[in-house]
Amino acid sequence: MIPLGYFIGLSVLLFALGVIAFFIKRDLMTMFMAVEVMLNAANLAFVALAKAAGSPAGQVIVFFVITVAAAEAAVGLAIILLVFRQKKSIKAEDMRLMKG
Amino acid sequence: MFWLIPLFPGASALILAVFGKWLPKKAVSWQACLSVFASFVVSVISFFGLLQIPAESLPLVKTLFPWIQSGSFQADLSLQLDPLSSIMTLVVSGVGFLIHVYSVGYMAHDKGYKRYFTYLNLFTFAMLILVMGANLVLMFVGWEGVGLCSYLLIGFWFEKHSAANAGKKAFIVNRIGDAGFILGIFFILLVVGSGDFRAINGAIQGGVVTQGMATLIALLLFVGATGKSAQIPLYVWLPDAMEGPTPVSALIHAATMVTAGVYLVSRMNLLFTLSGVAGQVVGLIGAVTAIFAATMALTQNDIKRVLAYSTISQIGYMFIGCGVGAYAAGMFHLYTHAFFKSLLFLAAGSVMHALSGELDMRKMGGLRKYLPLTYPTFLVGAIAIAGVPFLSGFFSKDAILTRAFAQGQYFIWALGLMGAVLTAFYMFRLVFLTFFGQERIEQQAKEHLHESPRVMTVPLVILAFFAIVAGYVGLPVVFGEKANLFGRFLEPVIHPGSEAHLGLSTEWMLILISVAVALCGIYIAYVFYLKSPQTPHRVVARFPFLYRVLHNKYYVDEAYNAVFVKPLVNGSRAVYDHFDLRVIDGAIDGTAAAAGFAGKALSWLQSGLVKDYALAFLLGVALFLGFLLF
Repeated sequence: MIPLGYFIGLSVLLFALGVIAFFIKRDLMTMFMAVEVMLNAANLAFVALAKAAGSPAGQVIVFFVITVAAAEAAVGLAIILLVFRQKKSIKAEDMRLMKG
Repeated sequence: MFWLIPLFPGASALILAVFGKWLPKKAVSWQACLSVFASFVVSVISFFGLLQIPAESLPLVKTLFPWIQSGSFQADLSLQLDPLSSIMTLVVSGVGFLIHVYSVGYMAHDKGYKRYFTYLNLFTFAMLILVMGANLVLMFVGWEGVGLCSYLLIGFWFEKHSAANAGKKAFIVNRIGDAGFILGIFFILLVVGSGDFRAINGAIQGGVVTQGMATLIALLLFVGATGKSAQIPLYVWLPDAMEGPTPVSALIHAATMVTAGVYLVSRMNLLFTLSGVAGQVVGLIGAVTAIFAATMALTQNDIKRVLAYSTISQIGYMFIGCGVGAYAAGMFHLYTHAFFKSLLFLAAGSVMHALSGELDMRKMGGLRKYLPLTYPTFLVGAIAIAGVPFLSGFFSKDAILTRAFAQGQYFIWALGLMGAVLTAFYMFRLVFLTFFGQERIEQQAKEHLHESPRVMTVPLVILAFFAIVAGYVGLPVVFGEKANLFGRFLEPVIHPGSEAHLGLSTEWMLILISVAVALCGIYIAYVFYLKSPQTPHRVVARFPFLYRVLHNKYYVDEAYNAVFVKPLVNGSRAVYDHFDLRVIDGAIDGTAAAAGFAGKALSWLQSGLVKDYALAFLLGVALFLGFLLF
């Protein structure tokens, strides 16, 4: 039996990696993957805590997160593709249309 | 079935307003005229019905439906018929019908033909509501309705600047009077608790209304009457109202609407009698107006304006009647005046029609032989108004003056007599300048000179007939105690009060004096304008100042302009410049500018870089979590 702290530690590590990757990488694809890592870090924490608490609620939420993530991946990838067609680039700093 | 009377023109106006665009011109004419004729028929039937009914069961009231209910106050949409209303409905629908018919010819070539008849029907409807309303609140609706129609019809040719301005002037001056009227209504509602005429009369007879209160209310109502009936000081709108089509001047600004004030005072006669002081004021204002307006008519060259001043003057006589307690005589003059004055206006319209719209008497003269029907009818009207015996105007004017004398109001009587000389003079000045003497017609107008079509002359002839015979229902007392049918008919509504009786010889003397006065006025006009046409110029040369003052209408318009209009306009402009433009606009512009400035100042936050937003997000979450945890 692996103690709960290990799961949480791994989750925090994954989340931190996701955040760092999101901020230091410049192309949209990698940033997108970093977001996925953060989501899965949260999923891991949910599942572990659900097991520890003996309640299925956390697992249910994980299913929701996976579903949303799948939908988000479909939309996000499509957007990235369209952006690339327009700008011939997927660098985040090239998209500054919303600058005030 | 008397409550059907206002419905016909009302329905017709509604149909014309909604479907008029698709109706052929002929259908519009027929419908407009027949609807008023239907009202007239019902009025006649109701009048004869009324004769059968004993005075105790008057007035007949028909409540159509409850209209305003608020706490203990209630006003119904109810119409009433009593002798006073009955006479008014007969005059309004009868004269109104003839003028509708005349208009078919007069307005035949106008592009606003359908609009004209819509307004005219609407006016008839509103006027009938005014005279038949069973409470003051409903009467006020009619009162405002006729005011609106008056405004619309004065400004009928609104593309003409002067017409649009005249309409505005009439409307605004009437607002002043209406403010007084509505205050009077409020006071009545306060004291009596109801606007119903029966309740008001009951309260007055029951002693609920104190004399001071009666004076206050009566004077406020009279302010309304001076506005609508063009008396001093609110008469200034009526001469300008002549900008409207001539049949409108005949119907609204001579026969019906402008006499609404007299109707109001007669309707509230108990109140005026109770007050006493208010009656004095009414009589004095009437007498002063009668002579003041008559002097202004002396020097006008515009045929319609002379008639307008004459109308103001004649309404003054009606108010003299009301003021000295002879309400029946006042109403009698209203009734005869409706015939001869609308006749004069319509005949003047016929003259204008013949001369392609010429109004200036200096460009007329000698028209007698060109207008074989207009001339005699106009002459009949002039004789009637001048007070020559055996025509309607003589009987009614004499009834008023005799009563003024009998009440000991010698000052008012003398003013009225002077006014009668002037009336005879200016009316015959009009006749001589227009129909006699040498022709001064412009060549262009002379080529089209023609008598008006049948549809216009037949109403003239009918009105001329009534201008002659209408007076015989109200013969003076020298023809017997019962000769005044008109006065006896009105007795259930108009409470005779204390009547001072004169001896028969005094009566005869007064009659002879008024006859002498009328003939004297006509003779002076004859000397001035026919026998030696140089006389007017000599008189003007002799009294240049007097002539200038009269010709410029005592500079009253100028004075009102300087005292009321100018300060108001300038004051409004100052408020606009300083308050509207600076304070209000400044506040709104300032709000917009502040928002814009704030947006500019904060716009650096909106860098457009996803990472900046994400960082803000991260910091926000961290802060929030930190706050939750520690």
